[in-house]
Amino acid sequence: MSNMKSVYGQAKDNYTLKVRLKSGILVAWFVILTFICLLPIYILIINATRSSTEIANGISFIPGKSLFQNFNTLFHNVNYNTVYNVGIGYKNSFTITGFATVFTVFFSAMTAYGIHVYDFKLKEISYTIILLVMMVPVQVTSAGFVNFMLKLGLTDTYWPLIIPAIAAPAVVYFMRSYMKSSFPLDIVEAARIDGCNEFRTFISIAIPMMKPAIAVQAIFAFIASWNNFYTPNMILISSRFKQKTLPMMISAVQASDKFTDYGAIYLAIALSILPIVTVYILLSRFIIAGVALGGVKE
Amino acid sequence: MASGARRRIKSISYAKWGYLFIIPFFVVYFFFQLWPLINTFILSFKDYTGDQTVGLANYKALLRGVGTKVMGDNGEVSFNIGDRTARVIHENFLHAFGNTVILWLGNFIPQIILSLSLAVWFTDAQLKIPGKGFFKVVMYLPNIITAASVAVLFLQLCGEAENVPGSLNLFLHKIGVVSQDPVSEKYDSIKFITGVWQSRGVVMFIQTWMWFGNTMIMLMSGIQGINPSLFEAAAIDGASSGQVFRKITFPLLSPIMAYTLVTSMIGGLQMFDIPFLYHNDPNHRSDNLKTIAVYIYEYFYDQTDPKMGFAGAASVLLFFVTLFLGCIAFYLTRDKDEIAKKKQRKKIEKQNKLKSKQFGGLSL
Repeated sequence: MSNMKSVYGQAKDNYTLKVRLKSGILVAWFVILTFICLLPIYILIINATRSSTEIANGISFIPGKSLFQNFNTLFHNVNYNTVYNVGIGYKNSFTITGFATVFTVFFSAMTAYGIHVYDFKLKEISYTIILLVMMVPVQVTSAGFVNFMLKLGLTDTYWPLIIPAIAAPAVVYFMRSYMKSSFPLDIVEAARIDGCNEFRTFISIAIPMMKPAIAVQAIFAFIASWNNFYTPNMILISSRFKQKTLPMMISAVQASDKFTDYGAIYLAIALSILPIVTVYILLSRFIIAGVALGGVKE
Repeated sequence: MASGARRRIKSISYAKWGYLFIIPFFVVYFFFQLWPLINTFILSFKDYTGDQTVGLANYKALLRGVGTKVMGDNGEVSFNIGDRTARVIHENFLHAFGNTVILWLGNFIPQIILSLSLAVWFTDAQLKIPGKGFFKVVMYLPNIITAASVAVLFLQLCGEAENVPGSLNLFLHKIGVVSQDPVSEKYDSIKFITGVWQSRGVVMFIQTWMWFGNTMIMLMSGIQGINPSLFEAAAIDGASSGQVFRKITFPLLSPIMAYTLVTSMIGGLQMFDIPFLYHNDPNHRSDNLKTIAVYIYEYFYDQTDPKMGFAGAASVLLFFVTLFLGCIAFYLTRDKDEIAKKKQRKKIEKQNKLKSKQFGGLSL
């Protein structure tokens, strides 16, 4: 009896040890990966606080003392503040991104609602079309798009960057799936009996009920629009500095030969990613959950 | 009276509201996406500036490197792609396509290995790993950072100048890989920007760095969708983690893996920001990183000699490749239960028909 017990105990100990060992090795590996993920960003932040000569002399993991000096160079030196102006960049990017995000979520919710709630002849066809066009990449249509915008005289305006946000097939698809699972049609019936008009039903009943889906999609729409470099770069073609978005300014930093102060360059890059990283830190839980949802739907 | 009222209620149709709700989407879609797509097709049959129709000349040049001559009404040559120009364009196109494939493969293979292994470990209930949430958040972080900023950041980190190299070369100097000339104090730095494979390697690394977290989370949710009792049964039967992976996780995950593969291919075809910005010389983009998207951009915006026709034709070819891949993705993710149900329904209908035939076509 005691012999058996000791055998089982040993096996159990063995098993626990094995699991512990494996977990330990894996955690070490994850820590290394975490390190690799954060290292470029960490060096970016450190170098933004160091002077140009310090950066040229070697790497360091301790912050320097030249942050204010770098700020000064970036904001007051004419060679620098005519290429990269973070204030103007933020303003332009926020204007475009803000409108585009609101349009994307509002009109996608509206389209999904229209398809979900009403019965009409073209219902199935229109939904199939939306599914089909979900995959067409922007690079394919860009030549024709820019050519068309040139003809309309809309290049160098924000319209071609904001209005297309209304038609976001992937977001419609997501919202439709969400409504299927958590928006009963009885509510619409009840609202009708109470004499609520159709549009008001959508605004004051459907939208509040879809808040979780809207929030997730708004975050993703915001990130996508904020990070977009391709379309603005094709549409805002004049050299007018005042209307450039933040990613375009960063690309101008790279193209400029007057930007020679390394500390200022690193600070410029750091400032360009600051808003998006802040948003991510605040909302990371929702973002991760949203990505996982995307994985399930597909 | 009552029946009249009922008829009236029945005839209230809300269909027009349905159309009203979806019309903004379709109007905007038509003007800003569908028409541009058609316009791209039209452009692909036009000459350099988009004025004159030249038939398949652009496709001929792109795909086969053959020139075309078009005669105008007055007998003069109104359009001409010389054979030599056509050959250059053809070679550039093939080169760009090759670059796209190389860069995609170089980031997809490490990415899928890393993401899959991480997803399996993160979902393994037997392992005790603290701080899973933290690891996930950190690993997804690179994905949300502006790609343009990432490109410029890596350009700084990988600087290769002899007198002031970037942080990476300085680090390599510190650990003794990169040497420094004691007299001139110049570094023998590795050409991370101008070197063919070095620069490609950096771009592949950036792409992997940015996307492995995203793929990992997608695969994790796929694994979590597998019936947990299968894993429990395997554990009770004493299966090793390798066996569980080979016999359960991998086969059941393969539709999602295939989907990831196809969407990653579509994404790879669009690769633009990083290859476009990752170069030293402001006036000359690196040929080794020129992807199809960069190629289209360059032909479209060639300041001295715009070649809209080629840009259009290359876009159309890209469209068909994407369409093909998209159809595969669509096929892989179709609702299998739904299809099985439909088949069953048809079978029952057939049987019913056969039955009714037995009775001479009389419905009983």
